[in-house]
Amino acid sequence: MSQTDVTGAPRRGKVLTLDTMNPNIKQVEYAVRGAIVQRAVKIEKELREGAKKPFTEVIKANIGDAHAMGQKPITFLRQVLAMCAYPELLKDDAFPKDAKQRAQRILEACGGHSIGAYSASQGIECIRQDVSRFIEKRDGGIPSNPDNIFLSTGASDAIVTLLKLMVSGEGRTRTGVMISIPQYPLYSAAIADLGAVQVSYYLDEDKCWSLDVAELRRALRAAREHCHPRVLCIINPGNPTGQVQSRQCIEDVIRFAKEEGLFLMADEVYQDNVYAEGCKFHSFKKVLFEMGPEYSSTVELASFHSTSKCYMGECGFRGGYMEIVNMDPAVKAQLVKLVSVRLCPPVPGQALLDLVVNPPQPDEPSYSSFMKERTAVLDALAKKARMTEQIFNKVPGITCNPVQGAMYTFPRITLPPKAIDKAKEEGQVPDMFYCMRLLEEEGICLVPGSGFGQREGTFHFRMTILPPAEKLEIVLHKISAFHQRFTKEFS
Amino acid sequence: MAAARIARLSPGKVARLSLTQSRAMSGLSATRCGLPKESVAENGAPPRGKVLTIDTMNPTVKMVEYAVRGPIVQRAVELEKELSEGRKKPFQEVIKANIGDAHAMGQQPITFFRQVLALCSYPELLNDSTFPEDAKSRARRILQSCGGNSMGSYSASQGIDSVRQDVARYVQQRDGGVYCDPDNIYLTTGASDGIVTMLKLLVCGEGASRTGVMISIPQYPLYSAALAELGAVQINYYLNEEACWSMDIGELQRALDEARGHCNPRALCIINPGNPTGQVQNRKCIEDVIRFAAKERLFLMADEVYQDNVYADGCEFHSFKKVLFEMGPEYSNTVELASFHSTSKCYMGECGFRGGYMEIINMDDEVKAQLTKLVSVRLCPPVPGQALMGLVVNPPQPGEPSHENFMKERTATLSALADKARLTEEVLNTVPGISCNPVQGAMYSFPRISIPEKAVKEAAGQGQQPDMFYCMRLLEETGICLVPGSGFGQKDGTYHFRMTILPPADKLKILLSKVKEFHQRFTKQYS
Repeated sequence: MSQTDVTGAPRRGKVLTLDTMNPNIKQVEYAVRGAIVQRAVKIEKELREGAKKPFTEVIKANIGDAHAMGQKPITFLRQVLAMCAYPELLKDDAFPKDAKQRAQRILEACGGHSIGAYSASQGIECIRQDVSRFIEKRDGGIPSNPDNIFLSTGASDAIVTLLKLMVSGEGRTRTGVMISIPQYPLYSAAIADLGAVQVSYYLDEDKCWSLDVAELRRALRAAREHCHPRVLCIINPGNPTGQVQSRQCIEDVIRFAKEEGLFLMADEVYQDNVYAEGCKFHSFKKVLFEMGPEYSSTVELASFHSTSKCYMGECGFRGGYMEIVNMDPAVKAQLVKLVSVRLCPPVPGQALLDLVVNPPQPDEPSYSSFMKERTAVLDALAKKARMTEQIFNKVPGITCNPVQGAMYTFPRITLPPKAIDKAKEEGQVPDMFYCMRLLEEEGICLVPGSGFGQREGTFHFRMTILPPAEKLEIVLHKISAFHQRFTKEFS
Repeated sequence: MAAARIARLSPGKVARLSLTQSRAMSGLSATRCGLPKESVAENGAPPRGKVLTIDTMNPTVKMVEYAVRGPIVQRAVELEKELSEGRKKPFQEVIKANIGDAHAMGQQPITFFRQVLALCSYPELLNDSTFPEDAKSRARRILQSCGGNSMGSYSASQGIDSVRQDVARYVQQRDGGVYCDPDNIYLTTGASDGIVTMLKLLVCGEGASRTGVMISIPQYPLYSAALAELGAVQINYYLNEEACWSMDIGELQRALDEARGHCNPRALCIINPGNPTGQVQNRKCIEDVIRFAAKERLFLMADEVYQDNVYADGCEFHSFKKVLFEMGPEYSNTVELASFHSTSKCYMGECGFRGGYMEIINMDDEVKAQLTKLVSVRLCPPVPGQALMGLVVNPPQPGEPSHENFMKERTATLSALADKARLTEEVLNTVPGISCNPVQGAMYSFPRISIPEKAVKEAAGQGQQPDMFYCMRLLEETGICLVPGSGFGQKDGTYHFRMTILPPADKLKILLSKVKEFHQRFTKQYS
């Protein structure tokens, strides 16, 4: 920065500088939209301006955004949302009766019958009731109290709010938060922002990214030396790793949380995205209650869900909820107060969530179309999950665990020592160096494994399985070819 | 004693409460004060401790209060429930005049906006001939800017590019051509989101070097809540009630000088038009504030969400950005400013969509990169809200099919608000013991009320702030829900309430006369 301004007067230092800003923010990183994505956006701009590249488009396989990759919205959901936005359409014969009923119900629950009114801060009451009913049905009848449901601005909002609630202490008594390595970097970012202590536990790559309680115990014991661990976060199905934890594993985690006095946070946003044979989604709540009152009346649990994933892919609407189990009533009152300051989550997202938990039923007009669309999306994802694993595992130097669920593949890549050295020379982490080269050569944007965490000395990348199957196949082959080229270049 | 107790529960860097706020908190229930709750299991044995308790939770969250949705509103909701269950009350409905929610009070959405939003939600409707062409072309433009042409895609974290460009054009036009760079525009989840993000960015230091943030008394309690949560130091500057809630640089100076003793003041927040007070600052005042911020090296935060809500003759909205640039490069090149706007107020009243933006001026480049990084963690603001903001800043133009109807609706809403602002001031000023400044802008009246000594004593006896006591009684007797002035801050020994001017005019008339009757009754009872 120059020493004088445009008038020639001496430039006084700014009030808000890197030195005077919030130091925690500087520690925050979010690789999913980090440096490599910024470069991808620049390249897109260059392409638009006519620059010649070895490719004609940039494929953004960095982020779990289904619609951006061509997945279609579910017709029924959008019909209801249109009617909620412009109730004149309730008179339109083109809309099915069941869509109209849902729209009317939602509007009646809104102030002034408008989705433009603020809702209750915890979320529209009848929607919270619908969420509870959904959970009860999903969990084989285990009761869900609507008063324990908090609608949120995407699952991220609720996750951050809960982490914020848990952070206390100083130095050695500072709250520690257990999270998997690899993890979805919202967790590391929020922990950094809040000045909490991240307590990493490693998933077992050799065992399909499974969770091992012995590893949890190791991490916890080590952490107790320098912080006060209070929370255990688990993402199931996993992001970036895609594993679907077995029921045994979930019981073990619950038992561990109880023994060690940890608040459990279960990120279950991919609960409908389960592909592999023999894999099944087991909700933490359900397992908790099936373990009997010794656990179900004591273990403090928060589960999170969202409208951004599954078969809906409605990321832009920022819909989500959390269910709180066994929270101290005085703390719950504080939580209620805290969410009131931001007034309410976006009402279109709340409306959308209502439809997700209360979709067309077998006797309703939109049912068959809805099921057709839903099934098509989930089948396509399952196929792409399998294809991805198959193609990558054919490449020497790429090892890909089965994509059991979620929307990503997180294969391990072998990088030649010369490449690692070159990366160091350029001041880059080796898998970032790799991914940047892939981006420049093929226009494919992935996120390096270092953005999610990985064992020392190992390298990965995260790629979504979202592009349409034919495009995905091409992308997979291009990456395979790139990997072989890259390996040869640095051998 | 309560204040001391609170200090003990919250060690280290915590918000320093103003006297008014400490008192406000002393009126809170034990739970709200953060005192540990006595709990015993059913069989008499002490229950196994939970992991997350009042004692182990985030201490700064305990300091947070937000009166606009606080205890009086919780009681109002309870009463509504009782009414719906058939219980007899001295009233047939609860009127929620506590919150600036226009649609909830019967205001109609702007047709054009909702047409475009419907088209964006369900693009099949682009084939529907009942929608006007200008609505369709806006919808197409928005959809083309979305990934996969769907509102369901995440947008760029700073907001959809074409919307930010439209915002920049709007700002430029509003400010008589002063250049606006779209790259300085951040779309947000309501203005609240942008405000909290900026405050978070500004907070650093410990103890005497902890960031101090100047905010008006009275203020919109998002500010006090955010500062408490962030553990920043709130620095109160008093608006002048006798001079129609105007700002006085002498008072800013006093507050700042005093604050320098115990914190590091870094930001100055101003709400114009004001909330709860409704004043519209004159141009000279805005220049003075800018000069003050430049001299004292303060980051300026201008909350301008009510910029279209200006009613009084002789009052005009002057954007801080415009005035800043008209003051010449000595100021426009140096003063760091963030301005905030929203889709929740003005003539739209689309609170539920959570649309908003902030414009950043003269921010350090490296800090801006940090800001961009920070907002990326939450992915993006809700796309329907972004689309809506795109329409607010790019409404139907003369010559377009929807223009006439749009202007009709917009004018009707704003005139109605102006009428209700005047009506409110008139009626309340006929009540002995109520004194109401002109509602120059925004959506609220914040009249001063005299509360008899006997009532003050009874309130104290019940552990309540006098104006909370007053408002609770009003609620129980008339079903009208207002927010006591203690929720916003006020000079010691004065009492107020905030009431919205949003109910339809005939209903508002009835409300005002009920408040009048209540005040006279209440005054008589405690004389």
